[in-house]
Amino acid sequence: MAQQTTARKPVAAAPAKAGPTRGRRRTSRTAPWMFAGPAAALFGVFFAYPLLAGLYQSFTADRDGVTTWVGLAQYRRMMHDPIFWTSLRNIALILVVQVPLMIALALVMAYGLNQSWLRFRATYRIACFLPAVTMLVAYSVVFRVLLKTDDGLVDQALTAVGLPSVDWLNSPGWARIALIGSITWRWTGYNAVILLAGLQGIAREQYEAAAIDGAGPATTFLRVVLPQLRPVILFCLVTSTIGTLQLFDENYVLTKGGPGNATMSPVLYLYKVGFEQLDFGYAAAIAWVVVVIIGLISYAQFRFLGKDATR
Amino acid sequence: MTLLPARGGPPPGRAAAVLVLTAAALVSAVPFYWMVVASTRDNAELFASPPPFLPGGRLLHNLVALQDSIGFGRVLLNSVGVSVVYTVLSSLISAMCGYGLAKYRFRGRGLLLGLVLATMMIPFQVLLVPLFQMMASLGWVDTYQAVILPFLANSFGIFLMRQAFLGFPDELIESARMDGAGDLRIFYRIVLPVVRPQLGALVIFSFMTQWNAFLWPLLMLNTEDKYTAPVALYTLIGQSHVDYAGLILGSFLATLPVMLLFFLFQKQFVSGLLGGAVKG
Repeated sequence: MAQQTTARKPVAAAPAKAGPTRGRRRTSRTAPWMFAGPAAALFGVFFAYPLLAGLYQSFTADRDGVTTWVGLAQYRRMMHDPIFWTSLRNIALILVVQVPLMIALALVMAYGLNQSWLRFRATYRIACFLPAVTMLVAYSVVFRVLLKTDDGLVDQALTAVGLPSVDWLNSPGWARIALIGSITWRWTGYNAVILLAGLQGIAREQYEAAAIDGAGPATTFLRVVLPQLRPVILFCLVTSTIGTLQLFDENYVLTKGGPGNATMSPVLYLYKVGFEQLDFGYAAAIAWVVVVIIGLISYAQFRFLGKDATR
Repeated sequence: MTLLPARGGPPPGRAAAVLVLTAAALVSAVPFYWMVVASTRDNAELFASPPPFLPGGRLLHNLVALQDSIGFGRVLLNSVGVSVVYTVLSSLISAMCGYGLAKYRFRGRGLLLGLVLATMMIPFQVLLVPLFQMMASLGWVDTYQAVILPFLANSFGIFLMRQAFLGFPDELIESARMDGAGDLRIFYRIVLPVVRPQLGALVIFSFMTQWNAFLWPLLMLNTEDKYTAPVALYTLIGQSHVDYAGLILGSFLATLPVMLLFFLFQKQFVSGLLGGAVKG
């Protein structure tokens, strides 16, 4: 069914370049949709349609069980919603603090993993990547037990060395730090493995040339490695930025956005508004603002990157 | 693969590097060791002070308890079934779409490519409410097609495969066509075998994504014997008395297949991660 509806388009369109034989002309018209049709239909039904349905929904509100058109009321409500603004500030903080920290750590990790004298290189690499393949539930349980109030393992470790006990998940400041720490734990190795692939693309001769010119390790890193690695670093920055703007998993399982919305993110907020308060119109409006913000930032980054990271 | 040549650098520098890497590897891996310890202990021991550092003898007991509470065997089979069906269909659909986008010029191609890129940037949670309502009106809540269908067209996979097909020489396709081969035949017999590494990466990634999928199955499935592993394990967290040992054992066992996949197919993993965007 999907194929039929989509396959009609090219036929109705202007005739494609005529091939030498009749048979070939026929395949060149319908063949592309034979390949792309199923995916296009699925995108239409399960992506484009809900996206547009959500846009319509964002101009409506549920009043006494009746859906009514309210124009821009949901968007105006958002402008005065302190939780929404808090959620934006929270991800801005993560964007400014956590992303650069993680990329820097990943760079150090990747550089170390690329040293030929390093023994057990494969073991190190696998260990560093493990957090990224962990199931979310496992991740959640581990951090809950580590950060548990009173008898959590981190707390026990702190008191064992004479430091004051910390109630990680119940004070706003510490909860933010715990969230930043746990995101970093999960994704640093992932970025390091990507950066490592970039490092392995740098020719050995370049290091040798630098050594002959008398460059020390620091100069080699700054003048030879960093410039060549720039597209890969930018790739990591872009994916991490988009990931942060979409933040949901980590704060959902760790803090549910608490305490007092200290770890709330826009996507988690729209989830709560939609599925806990069942306020579909408002959830749709938040969703669309998130889409626009991500679109703008991604567009800016792709423009800034030019053809560096994408072929 | 080029590794740094052994530089005759000062040993203190190397020692520092090893120290940093070891610390990073320990921080990354110790939670997994701790999961092994926790899986073989009981709840009271877990939160004792000092906490246990070595595995105990309660593995079998915890496994039986896990089977009793959530039917762990059944739940794992559900996960395998859903993930395998998803992986086969999604890889095929994504590879075909990538091929269509890479090797044909047709009306709507630019629009489709734009749609693919857009889905990569738009968080899926944005679609949650409308998708949920759609499934409810179709009467598909609590079915596997509702879990699988919305994600079958995988934009990441399409992009990855498109990049792979772009490098395939047009002349070969053209000459096969001259020999009378049909479009599908050319795709399966001539082009697909050449991009096997990228296809492998896609298969592994698709399986891993569906195996770990959590939020959407949680919203869609509400009969216990239809639960996938992440959903079933998550229901344990909500209980008033959390059986941490069982929960951790289950989480560890459910994470094992993915760890194993990474261990076996590291190269494909990395090329998949890069999504064809950067030459590795």
